[in-house]
Amino acid sequence: METRFLLNGEPQVADTGATTTLLDWLREEKRLTGTKEGCNEGDCGACTVMVTDPDGTARALNACILFLPQLDGRAVRTVEGIAGPDGALHPVQQAMIDHHGSQCGFCTPGFVVSMAVAHLNGRQDHDDQLAGNLCRCTGYAPIIRAAEAAVGAPVPDWMRADAKALADPGFIFPQIRTSGGVPPACPTTADELAEWYEAHPDATLIAGATDVGLWVTKGLRDLSPVAFLNQCADLRGIVADDETIHIGAMTSVAELGAFISDRHPSLAELIRRYGSVQVRNAATIGGNIANGSPIGDSPPALIALGASLHLRKGAARRVMALEDFFLDYGKQDREPGEFVEAVSIPVQPDRLACYKLSKRFDQDISAVCGAFSITVTEGKVATARIAFGGMAGTPKRASHVEAALVGQPWNEATIRTAQGEFERDFMPLSDMRASASYRLRAAQGMLMRYFLETQGAAANVLEVRI
Amino acid sequence: MTVAKPLPHDAAPLHVTGQARYIDDIPVPAGCLHIAFGLSPIAKGRIAAMDLDAVRDAPGVALVLAGTDFEVIPDCSPSAHDEPLLSDGDIHYAGQPLFLVAAESHLAARKAVRRAKLDLIEEPPILTVEEALAANSRFEDGPRIYAKGDVEAALAGAPHVIQGQIEVGGQEHFYLEGQAALALPQEGGDMIVHASTQHPTEIQHKVADALGLPMHAVRVEVRRMGGGFGGKESQGNALAIACALVAARTGRAVTMRYDRDDDFTITGKRHDIRVEYRVGFDDEGRVLGVDFTHALRCGWSMDLSLPVADRAMLHADNAYDLPACRITSHRLKTNHQSATAFRGFGGPQGMVGIERVMDHVAHALGRDPLEVRRVNYYAEAQAESAEASGGSFPAKMKRGPLDTADLAGRGAVAVPQSAGGSQRYGGAHSPVPVPARDGLTPYGMKVEDFILHGLTDRLAASCDYAGRRAAIANWNAANPVLKRGIALTPVKFGISFTLTHLNQAGALVHVYQDGSIQMNHGGTEMGQGLFQKVAQVAASRFGLGMDRVRITATDTGKVPNTSATAASSGSDLNGMAVKAACDEIRGRIAAVVAPELQAGAAEIVFEDGMVRANGAEMPFEDAVKRAYMARVSLSATGFYRTPDLQWDRIAGKGRPFFYFAYGAACSEVVIDTLTGENRILRTDIVHDAGASLNPALDIGQVEGGFVQGAGWLTTEELVWDGKGRLRTHAPSTYKIPACSDRPPVFNVALWDQPNRAETIYRSKAVGEPPFMLGISVLMALSDACAACGPHYPDLQAPATAEAVLAAVDRARGAAP
Repeated sequence: METRFLLNGEPQVADTGATTTLLDWLREEKRLTGTKEGCNEGDCGACTVMVTDPDGTARALNACILFLPQLDGRAVRTVEGIAGPDGALHPVQQAMIDHHGSQCGFCTPGFVVSMAVAHLNGRQDHDDQLAGNLCRCTGYAPIIRAAEAAVGAPVPDWMRADAKALADPGFIFPQIRTSGGVPPACPTTADELAEWYEAHPDATLIAGATDVGLWVTKGLRDLSPVAFLNQCADLRGIVADDETIHIGAMTSVAELGAFISDRHPSLAELIRRYGSVQVRNAATIGGNIANGSPIGDSPPALIALGASLHLRKGAARRVMALEDFFLDYGKQDREPGEFVEAVSIPVQPDRLACYKLSKRFDQDISAVCGAFSITVTEGKVATARIAFGGMAGTPKRASHVEAALVGQPWNEATIRTAQGEFERDFMPLSDMRASASYRLRAAQGMLMRYFLETQGAAANVLEVRI
Repeated sequence: MTVAKPLPHDAAPLHVTGQARYIDDIPVPAGCLHIAFGLSPIAKGRIAAMDLDAVRDAPGVALVLAGTDFEVIPDCSPSAHDEPLLSDGDIHYAGQPLFLVAAESHLAARKAVRRAKLDLIEEPPILTVEEALAANSRFEDGPRIYAKGDVEAALAGAPHVIQGQIEVGGQEHFYLEGQAALALPQEGGDMIVHASTQHPTEIQHKVADALGLPMHAVRVEVRRMGGGFGGKESQGNALAIACALVAARTGRAVTMRYDRDDDFTITGKRHDIRVEYRVGFDDEGRVLGVDFTHALRCGWSMDLSLPVADRAMLHADNAYDLPACRITSHRLKTNHQSATAFRGFGGPQGMVGIERVMDHVAHALGRDPLEVRRVNYYAEAQAESAEASGGSFPAKMKRGPLDTADLAGRGAVAVPQSAGGSQRYGGAHSPVPVPARDGLTPYGMKVEDFILHGLTDRLAASCDYAGRRAAIANWNAANPVLKRGIALTPVKFGISFTLTHLNQAGALVHVYQDGSIQMNHGGTEMGQGLFQKVAQVAASRFGLGMDRVRITATDTGKVPNTSATAASSGSDLNGMAVKAACDEIRGRIAAVVAPELQAGAAEIVFEDGMVRANGAEMPFEDAVKRAYMARVSLSATGFYRTPDLQWDRIAGKGRPFFYFAYGAACSEVVIDTLTGENRILRTDIVHDAGASLNPALDIGQVEGGFVQGAGWLTTEELVWDGKGRLRTHAPSTYKIPACSDRPPVFNVALWDQPNRAETIYRSKAVGEPPFMLGISVLMALSDACAACGPHYPDLQAPATAEAVLAAVDRARGAAP
């Protein structure tokens, strides 16, 4: 199929299969080999590119799990386009040289792009901006020094050229006839999607492709037929009124994180540790729920917040408590041709705490992810919603633990009693991330941490600084 | 002079613009084929049958080969010739290549591989240390033992004796550029190979062997690697051989790169180790005797495991003068990936053992671990005597029986010799009591350059060790859930290949008519900045700016018979070789221009782009032109061999190292006693790079080495399942440090005193030693765990959150 986009400022028409990745296309078709393949699964960031949307938003994305049709109408800038047209180095490039930020140099193009996008967007939270870029040589210290040194430098003109070009009403992508092939579905509204998907219930829906991408790059699967959802504008965005926060399925995890930080800062902090910038920029809330993973990070928090899931099949819609969607490992309450349209959470006072336990703090998949929302009235637990990921075949509520808390005095003795109930709620597995017994211990520890934090105790290693 | 300047990496401008070329970036000729291996899903067994018809019929497939397609299956081993490229019918690990596919694209080859129908007979694998010991599954015919003094007597007479055990996990290299090779067939059957390798000569040798050609028919070129860390010393052999074989058969260019999951699954990693110890000590914590038992899981083939395990033994003392010491080392053959070289080459594993002992002894006595470490230090070297060892070569070298077919690999003499019998374990059979604290290592080498007293003083003061230790105790008393810990640990690391003959290097330097210089040497660039450091040497010898020196790709056609760029030796060896070549040319030029400058050739100096003597001078390029016109050669080779080495690895006696590199790190951590989660809060380092050739690049090695070492001991956990399948085979499950894992306060300084040994500009090797500074993190975590209760926490490595929580339990005396 044809995909039209800007590549380093030049209009392109790529004629590829639906699941050709941008990385392969850049390296093999365009011989733009500055963008590297480090892992081919979105974990190392060596393939990071800058993508500018028609609305002017510039994002860092992993090219290895980005399918070309996702780029239609957008602009891509690779490391080759980070330097100016006359070869002038971008400030972050010069800073990387000056501060010895490259050693073997293989991760460097990805870092440079991530840094240039962060610089463009005025971001100075360097550790978070670069959490999705792995370096094995430098220990990161000189890279951060470079990022800090470049902060004050003005954004070069060419870094804004893509947004300008896309915004120019006179700009039209060239129409070039190409060989084509069977085009994937690219619905532009939820209605179109609903109609098409009902007719093609065996199809694969591609939202952000941060998970589905691996079915292709690692599973080597043929996904056809596929539908790309990225043009369904009405599936994207967050609308809030006095009672409900309505989150469209195509809302990116990054967008939810930005929106929710005032209302539920702990969820925003969880999202800060969800994947990496590149992953959060692509991944969608709908995808994180619909794939049914037992270790997705958003479901436990959303369940603790009492979220409802909005499903649609054709014209038919239904709403259910989010926890009811997850039936068993790999099995969800979703009919063929039915898709996640939105998730909504009731507006409520913030009492949410999310704890993510993983081998590495940033950009790791949870071994255990616990979300707690407990109200205490007159010294007694009035309500408790507690949900976990990584403790069962699905995201799951800790209903016995909740029951042991409700009505009891909010004190350590109650917590200790409730800790004993985890074994009734969960029989976790042992795997490469953690043993079953440790998962249980950690979950119990998280409940204690929640209690201690309400008492003002220091119980989070991330908050210790010297 | 350009040496000692903190110049950026020579390729930094290429790195940051994406122009730096790696193997997969090299434009290939039309028709280039791409290879993928089909891997064994089982850890041990036999191939009953392989139906590869569907593989052959897959789109784009040009050639499929299995072991049965060879009369003699080419070997990939750097040592014992025990690594057939493709299985000969036996299966030794899950991930072993069984067949290969060459196809029109990387993706086509990978897709075709999955069509194979494998009929495999599964057998029970040997996976654990216990299983291997029970089956006597090992390399060499028994444990190797190095000993000094009478350990049993020392333990029997010691006021205190404790024992313990630490298991330390392996480590995946995770070089960002995976293994890759490209073979370009030439006329007459010759082959050019571009490989991502630390050891071009090894690739040349193995490819020539596979093709049945003399080495002169194969040329190997390496411009750079996207990281190596030891993982590209031998593990790239299979790709280069496969590419060359298919190129020879098809006449087409052939390339291969491992998908990341395949790279994890196929290639070797750092050896894990179990260190058991019994230690006797006095009330001050002085060790009187220590008995170590090392058990290393070496995987299915020998690879470099013997010298790795040797080096673990050679670092079992670290910085400590041990009056009596015995190290018993088991090199176990298991059904895993073949463990291989990784930064430190066994040294880190041995060092963790003794640091753990120091930690345990201190805990048993209720003393500050730093105090215990310091009372055990070797004696400080006397003030510099400026004794130069250069020129005194050769020392008598003991020669082992060499395998003449494979001399340049670190496994070259590692093949078990049938003769010799129990004499090979002489250490165990003839312990000779040695006077206490005699400054001799357990292998009998006098430690003459010890500087850790002064270095530790400086670090302890600059990081306020004592003040912070007191502050941490107060903080811990006030915080029931979070606990902090601190540790200051030293590093003493031996520099030289322990296979003595590898301590040689060659260089080739050309001076062109215009005064520009091309520099070639046998070392490879993997990010460490070797090329720049050596170019700085060349520029300094000629008194020129860096713009006059061109650094070229490592090429076996230019400099032959190279040793691996390994053992931290790169700048020591190649710097000296380049210096020798430069000085040869300098001497020739000086002889030509001496009459004109009215000076003796010896009086002529090369500086500031000029050739000068007695107030007269001429530009360098003019002097070069005069030499050219006088028909004087402006090209020279240079050669260097490290002096004063003598080592008998069987007896475990001698002087295996030219000198030691030193360093120390102080790390502070915090742990969460509810979950075991932990963070590094601050690290301070003083590291000894001698008189640094390039302080910026050396600090880069220190920072990067520390973080990699800390990763090894904290988040980097390799997990195999009960069937021997690696479950952590991608960065999604195997977690190297990310940006925020570096210490938020990270102070690194160089000790910056000239090397006592006569090295290139008195610098010191810096590639590996800083890695072991990461041990300070493990010991700080142990300290934090120990703050939770009265018992020794017995923290195991990697200290994941789970391992830390278990250690907290033990400290509190809870059931494990």
